Amino acid sequence: MIAIGDKAPSFTLPDTAGSDVAFPDGAATVVVFTCNHCPYALAWHDRLLAVARDYGERGVRTVLVNPNDAERFPRDSFDVMVERVEREGPWPAPYLHDESQEVARAYDAKTTPDVFVVDGDGILRYRGAPDADHMDEVQNAAWLRSALDAVLDGRDVSEPETTPVGCSVKWKA
Amino acid sequence: MAARVELLWWEGCPSSAKAHELVRRLMAEAGLDPQSLRSVEIDTDADAQREEFIGSPTIRVDGRDIQPPEESEPPGLTCRVYHLRDGRVSPLPDPDDVKEALAG
Repeated sequence: MIAIGDKAPSFTLPDTAGSDVAFPDGAATVVVFTCNHCPYALAWHDRLLAVARDYGERGVRTVLVNPNDAERFPRDSFDVMVERVEREGPWPAPYLHDESQEVARAYDAKTTPDVFVVDGDGILRYRGAPDADHMDEVQNAAWLRSALDAVLDGRDVSEPETTPVGCSVKWKA
Repeated sequence: MAARVELLWWEGCPSSAKAHELVRRLMAEAGLDPQSLRSVEIDTDADAQREEFIGSPTIRVDGRDIQPPEESEPPGLTCRVYHLRDGRVSPLPDPDDVKEALAG
């Protein structure tokens, strides 16, 4: 199981345009396990895209990874991911398909969303929820932003682990 | 005859406790006995199929879903997406939608 201070697993996954995206990469990286059908993931989605935009200018890369079993949950199929990005996009972060669920297992992802911050040396520095309340937009992904600010400033993350909140990852049988 | 209110829920969705609180409070406000709420745990895919459970929480009044789903919505063990009256996505229904359903 990956823990704060561990080397984060690297991976390559296809995005909705069909290109392979390799990760981690950049001054810091944010890996968000998310999906199309979970109300928690949808409620936090715009706040996470805002983080990708705001911190992208500071060298932070963000990727959104959908690990759900699309056979049981067809709304998380790759085709629906593509349709969603075409309908809502462009997004400031690629939306990647973890069809084998190997990346989600490597990160021990629990929920959608489940957020991980990796520093420039590839070390996991934060894991958990974006902020304290999925229904309160004013929260503005404060926990994630605080972790990124610390990593970019070379400081310790004050609260490196929070409890991820959302729908359970839909594992294959 | 008092309305028959059912709340179908799945343990894997963190909204269950708040859903019970919400429905019981609104039942009391509507003059219904909150203790009469029928709480039904759905914990297998077979249960979800049999109950046509498209996500947690699902709330039915006299057998009618308070927000009838689209026919294409597949049954399954997951959290249900609701849209509040202000347009936000939420794991819980808008209280006004529940009130309307309870009022018949």
